[in-house]
Formats: sequence, C-alpha cells, structure tokens
Amino acid sequence: METLERIIAEHSFFAGLESHYTGLLTGCASNVRFEKGTYIFKEGGEANEFFLIRAGKVALEIFEPQRRPIIVSTVAEGDILGWSWLLPPYHWKFHAHAVEETRAIALDGKCLRTKCEQSHDLGYELLKRFAQIMERRLEATRLQLLDVYAAR
Amino acid sequence: MTMAAIATTTVTTDPMRPRPYVVRQVGKETPDTFDLTLEAENGAAGTWFRPGQFSMLWVFGVGELPISISGDPTESGRLVYTVRSVGKATNALVSRKVGDGVGVRGPFGTGWPIEAARGRDVIVVAGGIGLAPLRPVIYEVLKNREEYGRLVLLYGARSPRDVLYRRELATWARRRETQVLTTVDYGGLSWKGHVGVVTTLFKYERLQPARSLAMICGPEIMMRFVTRELEVQGLSRDNIYLSMERNMKCAVGFCGHCQYGPHFICKDGPVFPYERIRPLLEKYEL
Repeated sequence: METLERIIAEHSFFAGLESHYTGLLTGCASNVRFEKGTYIFKEGGEANEFFLIRAGKVALEIFEPQRRPIIVSTVAEGDILGWSWLLPPYHWKFHAHAVEETRAIALDGKCLRTKCEQSHDLGYELLKRFAQIMERRLEATRLQLLDVYAAR
Repeated sequence: MTMAAIATTTVTTDPMRPRPYVVRQVGKETPDTFDLTLEAENGAAGTWFRPGQFSMLWVFGVGELPISISGDPTESGRLVYTVRSVGKATNALVSRKVGDGVGVRGPFGTGWPIEAARGRDVIVVAGGIGLAPLRPVIYEVLKNREEYGRLVLLYGARSPRDVLYRRELATWARRRETQVLTTVDYGGLSWKGHVGVVTTLFKYERLQPARSLAMICGPEIMMRFVTRELEVQGLSRDNIYLSMERNMKCAVGFCGHCQYGPHFICKDGPVFPYERIRPLLEKYEL
C-alpha cells in the first residue's frame, strides 16, 4: 500500500523537495474522497486546505445569482486544487465541484501555515511551487480571455 | 458561368481553371460549421490529395475561397471540406444543396510530414476549425496503425457546441495506443470534459519527446503558445509542424496575396516546419 509520504514525495509538485520537508507535509496530509456532484468548497468559505488530485475531475465554478454557474476551468489527476489557504483572508474565490468521483490528498492549510512560519525555507519552497502554478493559470486565463476561436 | 460551360474545360492541368464538382452531401457539424462532400461532375476521375493540402472552392457568382481538405485521403473520388460560415462566400458555400455545382481548383500546398511521422508518436494539437486539416492525418494513422507509435490528439474548442467531429472523437479515443483529450474555453454545466485552453491538456499527457512529431493547426496565437509548451515538454523545433493561414488568392504563388516574409503560404505552405518560420511568428507586422 502506498503511504501518504511516498505519494507526496513522488508528486511532481513536490519534486526536488528535501525529504525532511516531505515528512513535515505528511503530518498535515490526509486522504479524502468526494462523490460525483458534491462541492469540495464554496466561494467565500474558509480556505484551510489544498488538494493533490489523485483521480477524478473537479470544475471550478463562478456563481452568478439567478443564473447557472459558469465553469472557468477544470482540474484533474495530478493537478493541484486551491491556493487561497496561502494568502489572507484565506477565503475561497470559487466553488469547486466534483464532476466525477474524486480522490485526493488534502493538506491542512492552517497546519502548513504554522510550519511555514516556523521554517521559512519550507515556506519559500512551497511559495515557489505555488507561484509557478499561478503563473501558468494566469497565462491560460489570458489566452482564454482572448477568445481565439471566435469568428473574426 | 454555368456548370455546363465549365464542364467543357474540365480536362486541364491549368491550376487557375476550376473543375466542376457536384455537392453530394451536406452535414451539419456545429451551428455554424458544415461538412461538404464533393464529387467530380460526370464521373470524372477524383482528385488525389495529401493530408494538409487545401483547395480553392469557387461558388459561382459569389467568389472563391481556400478551404482545407478534411476527408479521408484514401477515399478516392470524394473531397470533403469542413467549412465554417463566417462571411458572404463561406455562407454561400455552406448553403449549397445536394446536386449544386462548385468549382474546385487544387489541391494546393504542402502536406503534413506523414513520411517523417512513420514509426514515431504523432502528437496532433488542434484548435477550433483547425482540427479539419488534421483529420486526414488521423485517418491515415488509424488506417495504418502498426506504422506509427502512439497517437495523441489534444483538441481545444470554444464551447461544447463548437466541438467538431464529436462521434469520431469518441471512436478515435477507443482505438489502441490513441489518446484523445478535448477541452473547451467555456463549459456549460452539462459538459463533463475539460475546461481551459488547449495548452492545459499537456499536463495530462506524458510525451516521449525523442520519439514524437507534433502537428499543430489553429489560430496563430494558440499555435504560438502550443509550440512553447511543446518545447517545454522537450520536443525539438524540427519535430514541430504548423499549418499557417493567410489571404490566399491564386494559390500557386503568383499573386503574392499570401506572402509571409520570404514565403508564400499557398505554395511553400500551408504546412511549415516550425524552425523555418519561427522568427516570423514573432513579428507584429506579419
């Protein structure tokens, strides 16, 4: 059986992270499972964790009153879900909706924030990795905004 | 000019002279995109083409426009085109009825590097209507499965209703050694696939860059981002090919309408090795 520590250590997001940090992260980690159709978190809720998606698919939705939610992106196996735990005021900015049964490893944000305050090196390592994800998603969002397939 | 009048000039190699074809089938792909199947009039010999080539389709009294051939290259006698109705000429083209005439010149241009792809993984990245000129490549690979490595199709469309060849995508995905991933920029709640731009699909595929050859077609800006991503994945530039588009008129390199730096898209392209046109892709003026 795969241990949480091994899964975390082998995940591409944590590639190159020193093993004692992996051990620290594992202390904040747990296995979670979401049924198809359930909401993993909702906009405005407290953001106290992030997820390494192991299987399934999650839609990030923006809710507009009296209209159907808009899916802005999806994340799936191998992806990271959630970075609002990292930055104050620690509130989710979107709904996350499991469109398939989804298995993930949840990492407790409060626990991680405490460990990052104690070890700024760990904090820097995590911030570098999240910054890379933010940069890629920002680029993808800009490209999405260009609406390149529209008739011109 | 009537079809009868044109028919008198069919036996010709003059690339400027359209040959008479007849619409045999019209199929609706999306609300604004149609498949047109044409056959040579009076049972004349069909046209052979290479995947990636295009024809000039002439709608009598309206105009002529370049359209990529999207059908099966082994289906002799038939030419299939996937046409998106975005203006007067394309609208006239997709409004043709079965039995109507269309003038055809070509096929023109370079094709996809099918020979170079043999024995290798074929990475097809398409955006929007850009899947049309790549469909013949997919037919070729799937018909000669043992001659190629893995087939990976990454396809991005604007929304679920704009996804082309839905049934075929599902059929292709069931073939061995074939991975088909589709994403849309705007997904409704009923869409269960990926949402996000086509470059976001790369993270779900573990490419083997040393044995892969990539073919890309879509809006130019999308292709720019895809080439960057392929390079990040480790593909060398000489294993990446793009299909370019400009305003083509004569289709044989005489008129200069489609000049792209030192190249004519109609004659030197539309398929180019990325390495050859890379500096031009970054020029604003072109």
